Amino acid sequence: MFRTVLVANRAEIARRVFRACRTLGIRPVAVYSEADRDAPHVSEADDAYPIGGAAARESYLNIEAILDAARRAKADAIHPGYGFLSENADFADACARAGFVFIGPGAEAIRAMGDKTEARRLMKAAGVPVLPGSEAAVTDVAAARRLAEATGFPVMLKATAGGGGIGMARVETSAALERAFAAAFRRSQAAFGVGALYVERWLDRPRHVEVQVFGDGTGHVAHLHERECSVQRRHQKLVEESPAPDLPPATKAGLLAAAVAGARAIGYVNAGTLEFLVDGSGAFYFLEMNTRLQVEHPVTEVVTGVDLVVSQLRAAAGQRPEWMQDDIVPRGAAIEGRVYAEDPAKSFLPSPGTVERLAVPSGPGIRVDSGIEVGSVVTVHYDPLLMKVIAHGATRAEAIDRLRAALTGCVIEGVKTTLPFLGRVLAHDGFRRGAVDTQMVERGAFNG
Amino acid sequence: MAEEIKAHITGVVFQIAAKTGDAIAVGDPVIVLESMKMEIPVEAPRAGTVTEIRVEEGQTVQEGETVAVIE
Repeated sequence: MFRTVLVANRAEIARRVFRACRTLGIRPVAVYSEADRDAPHVSEADDAYPIGGAAARESYLNIEAILDAARRAKADAIHPGYGFLSENADFADACARAGFVFIGPGAEAIRAMGDKTEARRLMKAAGVPVLPGSEAAVTDVAAARRLAEATGFPVMLKATAGGGGIGMARVETSAALERAFAAAFRRSQAAFGVGALYVERWLDRPRHVEVQVFGDGTGHVAHLHERECSVQRRHQKLVEESPAPDLPPATKAGLLAAAVAGARAIGYVNAGTLEFLVDGSGAFYFLEMNTRLQVEHPVTEVVTGVDLVVSQLRAAAGQRPEWMQDDIVPRGAAIEGRVYAEDPAKSFLPSPGTVERLAVPSGPGIRVDSGIEVGSVVTVHYDPLLMKVIAHGATRAEAIDRLRAALTGCVIEGVKTTLPFLGRVLAHDGFRRGAVDTQMVERGAFNG
Repeated sequence: MAEEIKAHITGVVFQIAAKTGDAIAVGDPVIVLESMKMEIPVEAPRAGTVTEIRVEEGQTVQEGETVAVIE
């Protein structure tokens, strides 16, 4: 097993990975930007190295600075967390060249799934259903129009290098295509350095259901069941749960089998997630694969009892997981609410500031993964996730009620947060019945 | 009459979308701020001509700070 692991991330996920390291007797090492000098993840690590300026490209995206810190820390391996460099194949390659184990899949799998049209092609070849649309990337509006007309409006335009909803646009009509194409192309070029887009059929009120997979490195790929993540704004999740409520058994079985087949087809190793849209008939379509740990991994950990980060570390160190597919038996239901420094009353605009008062919830079945403490400065430079509150119950209703109670006891002053919004979701009749879809937030279903 | 356009949130200037002398319509983006991985346009409150851009790309602006002037 590794002696020292450098965690190339910040906030709650850095602290989460430290905990797993300590479980295995590994010494966790932090890195930090100038803005994070006093952050909790820095004081909590055994050792911490500065890697540059506040802007992410100067620090948490700075491959050379991170590798240099790993050398100074005498690290054996690097855990990328999520976001930042976690799905950067060049970083995975650079770690290997510098003699560090990259805790995640191979660079080839990251590269293949990071190219969203290539991912569609590979999944289709593996028998995984994909939405009608592009076979290849499109770089001009005429090609996009031909595809969109063949697919049928409305369509989604998406960035081939995409993620996080950037460079995505819904297009209603052929007349609206030119302007939307130009805007999406420009945004994609600015964010990813590649403008190329692809076209997919738009679905009305689909659910977002994803499957956690894990490749042990010996050719075996297991699944750890599904997560329902339909409550989203701007294609970013706010509430996640497992199991997905009221999923038809045939749909669930199909999703799990497709996810395992897709991951196996690309020789996937370590933790990953295949995301799908499920339509009203129960049919499902591959959206994309995230070749890393997900933000919402705790709901899977809570229902299965598997520590996914410990499993990642063990697999990266060449050890077999302590569990097999047959050992994975979900127990009860788990639900997570993401507490962001955003103002739900102002269409989720960022709300930077200083945390002046903080009461962290607790109680039976409650887990909190937090990145803040009193005095933490929430800056404009990074993702506004403050903490995740996860509740476990014997039933979905109990998990929801426990999360509601926990969030009522959660106090964060100094920044606006999504706490009041989460309270309205958990009290919403449709949500409680399990009638969820990815367009609910934008339709205003939870407006107070 | 000159009118100052103020940032409605704190952020880093990601892009300057208009330049001095540009005629702009109500709702046109004048600058684009980046905050917490989101791009947020600061839009013209009315039609006019840009007479001054007071910020540079990469600069941090506070909520309420004047970023441009239109006439």
